Amino acid sequence: MKNNIKILAAIPLFAFVLITGCTKKLDLTPTTGLTNNVVFSTPLGYKQALAKLYGTMLTTGSQGPGSGDLPSQIISDAGNSDFYRNLWYLQCLSTDEAGWTYSNNTDPIGIHQLNWTSVNFSVKCIYYRAYYIITLCNNYLIESTDDKLATRNITGQDATNIKLYREEARFVRAYQYSLLMDLFGNPPLVTDATPIGSNSFPQQVGRAGIFDFVQSELQAIETTLPEPGTNEYGRVDRAAAWSLLARNYLNSEVYTTIPNYTEAITYSKKVIAAGYSLHSDFKELMLADNELNTNEFIWTLRYDGLSTQTFGGTTFLIHGPAGVPGSISGSSGTWNCIRVTQQFVGLFDNQDIRGQFWTSGQSLIMGTLLGDATQGYSSTKFRNVTRSGAIAPNIDIDKTFSSIDFPVFRLPELYLIYAESVLRGGTGGDNATALGYLQQLAVRGRPTDANAAAFAELNLQYILDERGRELMWEGHRRTDLIRYGQFTTAAYLWAWKGNVASGTAVDAKYNLYPIPSDDLTSNPTLIQNSGY
Amino acid sequence: MKKTTKKIPKFFPVLLLFLLTAFSALAQNAITGKVTDSKGNPVEGVTVTVKGTTVSSQTAADGTFKISAPTASPTLLFSSIGFGLQESKATAGNAVTVRLIESNQQLNEVVVVGYGTTRKKDLTGAVTTVTAKEFQKGNITTPEQLIAGKVPGVSIISNGGQPGSGSTIRIRGGSSLNASNDPLIVVDGIPLDANGISGASNGLSFINPNDIETFTVLKDASATAIYGTRGANGVIIITTKKGKAGGLKVNFSSNTSWAEITKKVDVLTGDQVRSVINAGGNAQQKSQLGTANTDWQDAIYRTAVSTDNNISLSGGIKKLPYRLSIGYAYLNGVLITDHLERQSASLALNPVLLNNHLKVDINVKAIAQKARFADQGAIGGAVSFDPTQPIYSNTKRFGGYYEWLESNGKLILNRPNNPVGLLEQRYDEQNPMRSIGNIQLDYKFHFLPELHANVNLGYDVSKSTGNVFISDSAAVAYKNDNPYQGGVKNFNKQRKLNTVFDFYLNYVKDLSRIKSRIDLTAGYTYNNYYAKNYFYRGYTANGDTVLGTKNPDFLFDEPENTLIGVFGRLVFNFRDKYLLTATVRRDGSSRFAEGNKWGTFPSVALGWKLKEDLFKASRVVSDMKLRVSYGITGQQDGIGNYSFLSSYFLSSPNSSTGFGNTYLQTYAPSGFYAALKWEETTTYNAALDYGFFNNRITGSVDVYYKKTKDLLNLVAQPAGNNFSAYVLANVGDMENRGVEFNVNLQVIKKRDVSLDLNFNTTYNRNKITNLTPIKDDPNYIGQLTGNAAGVNGFIFLNAVGGPRSTFYLYRQIYDKAGKPIEGLFEDTNRDGIINDKDKYKGQSADPSVFYGFSANFTYKKFNAGFVARANFNNHMYNNVFSNLGRFNQVAGAYTIGNASTNYLETGFQGSTDVQTSSDYYIQNASFLRMDNINLGYNFGKIGKGQNFNIRLIAVVQNVFVVTKYSGLDPEISGGIDNNLYPRPRVYTLGVNLDF
Repeated sequence: MKNNIKILAAIPLFAFVLITGCTKKLDLTPTTGLTNNVVFSTPLGYKQALAKLYGTMLTTGSQGPGSGDLPSQIISDAGNSDFYRNLWYLQCLSTDEAGWTYSNNTDPIGIHQLNWTSVNFSVKCIYYRAYYIITLCNNYLIESTDDKLATRNITGQDATNIKLYREEARFVRAYQYSLLMDLFGNPPLVTDATPIGSNSFPQQVGRAGIFDFVQSELQAIETTLPEPGTNEYGRVDRAAAWSLLARNYLNSEVYTTIPNYTEAITYSKKVIAAGYSLHSDFKELMLADNELNTNEFIWTLRYDGLSTQTFGGTTFLIHGPAGVPGSISGSSGTWNCIRVTQQFVGLFDNQDIRGQFWTSGQSLIMGTLLGDATQGYSSTKFRNVTRSGAIAPNIDIDKTFSSIDFPVFRLPELYLIYAESVLRGGTGGDNATALGYLQQLAVRGRPTDANAAAFAELNLQYILDERGRELMWEGHRRTDLIRYGQFTTAAYLWAWKGNVASGTAVDAKYNLYPIPSDDLTSNPTLIQNSGY
Repeated sequence: MKKTTKKIPKFFPVLLLFLLTAFSALAQNAITGKVTDSKGNPVEGVTVTVKGTTVSSQTAADGTFKISAPTASPTLLFSSIGFGLQESKATAGNAVTVRLIESNQQLNEVVVVGYGTTRKKDLTGAVTTVTAKEFQKGNITTPEQLIAGKVPGVSIISNGGQPGSGSTIRIRGGSSLNASNDPLIVVDGIPLDANGISGASNGLSFINPNDIETFTVLKDASATAIYGTRGANGVIIITTKKGKAGGLKVNFSSNTSWAEITKKVDVLTGDQVRSVINAGGNAQQKSQLGTANTDWQDAIYRTAVSTDNNISLSGGIKKLPYRLSIGYAYLNGVLITDHLERQSASLALNPVLLNNHLKVDINVKAIAQKARFADQGAIGGAVSFDPTQPIYSNTKRFGGYYEWLESNGKLILNRPNNPVGLLEQRYDEQNPMRSIGNIQLDYKFHFLPELHANVNLGYDVSKSTGNVFISDSAAVAYKNDNPYQGGVKNFNKQRKLNTVFDFYLNYVKDLSRIKSRIDLTAGYTYNNYYAKNYFYRGYTANGDTVLGTKNPDFLFDEPENTLIGVFGRLVFNFRDKYLLTATVRRDGSSRFAEGNKWGTFPSVALGWKLKEDLFKASRVVSDMKLRVSYGITGQQDGIGNYSFLSSYFLSSPNSSTGFGNTYLQTYAPSGFYAALKWEETTTYNAALDYGFFNNRITGSVDVYYKKTKDLLNLVAQPAGNNFSAYVLANVGDMENRGVEFNVNLQVIKKRDVSLDLNFNTTYNRNKITNLTPIKDDPNYIGQLTGNAAGVNGFIFLNAVGGPRSTFYLYRQIYDKAGKPIEGLFEDTNRDGIINDKDKYKGQSADPSVFYGFSANFTYKKFNAGFVARANFNNHMYNNVFSNLGRFNQVAGAYTIGNASTNYLETGFQGSTDVQTSSDYYIQNASFLRMDNINLGYNFGKIGKGQNFNIRLIAVVQNVFVVTKYSGLDPEISGGIDNNLYPRPRVYTLGVNLDF
């Protein structure tokens, strides 16, 4: 019996020795994964993390053109989830600028017809993409404070550079909030004051509250960002901040009910005075080597056929237009998705080259929206060829991916903001200058018209139409039509607006997109836009 | 829409014939007598044999028997389950009375439990053992199918008809929503890695079903808590066959089987597509129409012939019992090009050394598979490819297969490819190998034989290599402008090494002074799971690198996780009537952050043998035991190795960002949940085991209640709060309650005829009780889940108050004729708009009750049996109807496609993205499936003096299904019917030799 007791007593002791000897094995970390302290240990790491802030506006995900930054609960088809393609759906496809041929479930169903709900994937995609970018920016600001740099022994020029990256992160965040404000009205606000992964609920602060946040952020960095044209190509500078300030002030009345055209003039003038000029040939604006157009472009989203591949972005704008052969678009060929309504084509007369419509095999009238890619003109505005006409040199073997950069801001928009703001009563500008800017655009847009300058008129409807002509498919049209009261109303009808061939007015609720249902359930403090 | 699949089993008439023939007995010396138990009660069903002959008989209900012996005063042998073998001299004309002694053998029958064994009579937990003779028969390619329908509370649904493909196993419904619901599987003491093996469709297919001796299913916490953080979904313990001392015994078995699909998806014919397009298509589509009437499904399926051969040698060389088996199986899938070749070897050595003090068990199993995986995309492709086009184009392009071309002869991009071409032109060849082995030493102390020390060292190692080759002329990988850059030649490689070390001490002592028995175990276990996944860049068919790609940033990844546990178990038996089992495990896991790594999982169970106290004298009640148990178990599988950390990932080179003249690969963080921990399930179980009429009727009834807390839910993060819009967080609570009933009937137990029936049924009700950080958050409708093809969003809602996998869809509105109106749904909340808020919680995909029914009948040398299963009130989303039953499936894309015949009923156009979210597509998929009908003939000993035995077996699997469900198969785990690899009907002929 003595032995028994000894043995029984030995068991727990035996266990104790084994446990204490082996618990270290329970501390395992990934062999190829990287923690924040590894990534942010070097200046290059900071720059590569900054590159993601920009990159998530370019590609769908980090692991090639089929990968996704957004989970499948948000969008099941990752390849369809990039930033600009979905912004284009919400800003251009929803208007007279474009209709969509297909109605499979990966297609943007109901957008052109102004008939969408809070589960529409493009609506969800832009919303969650924007907050993903905002979260990355907030994280970047948290990881790049002076304290963090000090503890990571980053000093001197490296620290100075990273402080500049911080300002760019603030810009990117402000840009995303601007879009959310424009599209969703009253999105919740979350900043770097809230730790990532906390259980708090971001609060809505009203559309005007977002407006104030965005404008104050931009005004805070307009003096700390690099001088116009001095940053690396693809990164933002002061002119980008001014352009966004001007764009937001132009729409101030829509966002806050208080017009502020004077500030729109102020900031458009700052950009114009920075030394930008129009590139001589409009048809060379959206080509594979359009990074040469830095005289006109203020900030671009940079796509590349080999290094920055996405099925969205400008790739989608070379393949999407119906009927355009690959030899013209500089690609493997058309996906036959996008056609233009006859009303929009009607904004251009024969002398205006800017529509670059593709009419071969296409009929002008969009009698049928779905299923027939031949009804309605198409466009060759975006072509993946160089100025010499050769296909983009850095194209993938399948000729899928575009190397055309997309200008988020370019000089003509600032001309148009200036002119419209002057007309709408802003101070600090004058009619003559405004008309002069409009004439410059008309002259370039109508190269064979001897009286092109005389085509320009200083009136509001002309400016709306001219914005359509100059900025077609560049992500402005819905905002413009709303500012002019023509988006949901009967004031302007286009083919298949309201799902009627000749167009019809729709409920005013469609001036805003609904907050996605997912966020309403995860953040109980949110209030949905009325009507949804 | 009501369709019934029913086929009269082909073997029934044959069976009948056998029953009616051959009744002959020649009376010589009639001997009569009576058999009783030790108390003098008559015993029925005792086998009485004349010693030295094969003449035998059985006792009747009153214990009497009659036998015709070849001699006048033979020696009779009496045998029956539960009693020791008894010999008795008899003389013709003098009735003999024999009193049988209850056998201790049965009373000491042991059952494998976690880390040791326990006497069956001491069991207090919910444990079911299935032995080889009860296994399902036929062409069984993966072990778990052996016990399908055999165990109450266990649902085993095969994942499709691919040879070797796995199954979804659920014990008592599982206990998780978003982590794993799979039970832990332990093979000869080695807990298997929950993740599969690269290059194999199913990790369990590396165990040769022919080597398996028993399955033991542990269901309640009393049985599983000793597995700690891996016990919550139940545990299946597989024990393989061991060596048996004695002369060499050889067993050879060979099966040949023929498999064919039983049903196809109903789609339009070529003629129907032509009329649809001619009526509603545009000019371009009309010009695309072909003249053929191709049945693409006929083109991709075949009658698949497979063989499975096994030979085993067992016996003892001096004092070394051994068993060696070798198997070779060549399994073809019904989908063309699909096949699996499997070579297996298994060796067991079971010596007992040191004068019976050291028991050694050595098991080594090795399997090499060689598979070509068919491109299963062709299954959906065959359903939706244009049937007006021919299979072959009569040209040499694209391997001769018809493909969609532009007028200039170039391949149209992003269009479906010829399904036959997809299959024939893809060589996905995988060569995974796996070996599982262990050495277990059980030492009985010389100075203290009540104490055993047990050491188990085990390994599970695998190596998978494979490659995918698609020729550059195959359309799916064709490059229009540079054909030499087309095709695919990709490589994959993986190694895994899992190691196990267990040590425990076991002390068993009869304390006769207090009429008690104590069985105490305490031990330590260490499990490590390591994998090395290699990364390769993509290559074109001719071996060139794909333009624009770079070498992977990391050549390999080494995910690893470790579990360390200490455990103890006490089994206490008082007066052989009152039983107590208590266990505890303290488990540590590397998968969680500091502070969450360790957990304690206790259990306690009580048993009371009612028979001894209440029915001692009863002749009806032969056994009765009451069991109650309580315990806590955890669940850590399905949780990532490092999910509690936010990891950054470097982007691929083609997802770089250009700054100035350089392209930078970017760093992005993943979503994370720092407070991650295991899910925890508390289980209560109450049960009654019964036996009536000398255990001619046995079985059990179990009632259980499981409550899971810290349930992982994929919780939408308030936008702006995390790097991912959805992260897994421990927020929920869920309950499962259910009843299991099991009965075994020995209906006939005669000398030449026996009939055994088993019936089991399981009722399980799952209810989610919380899913949010703030309980009863009124703004949270639940977790939307379930991706179905063509559906924007999800079709299921896991909501508080209801069961998981509740359909959450719109209520369809129908016209007067009962036809659904496209896109028109009920405004259930009457707010004037149809939106998400009008979806309603409908039926659950899971069955409320499921049944298993099996029968075994023997008559002389014949045996026959069947296994049937049924589900009641399971529901299916017919994704074939919803995704393919519309006009734009035929004419909505750049090229013509095909639609489900459901389109002919609905006439849906497909112009709205919400129609697929209609409850019109939900169908009750209750079914009865005849899994297996088998017939065997045992020739018995053949040849003079030779122990040469031949058995023949014929089996039909998946004989018929009775259901109202209109799709291909009513039994699909998950409740979404979309492009299932069809489960074929399989006919098997087998021969089995023993000598």
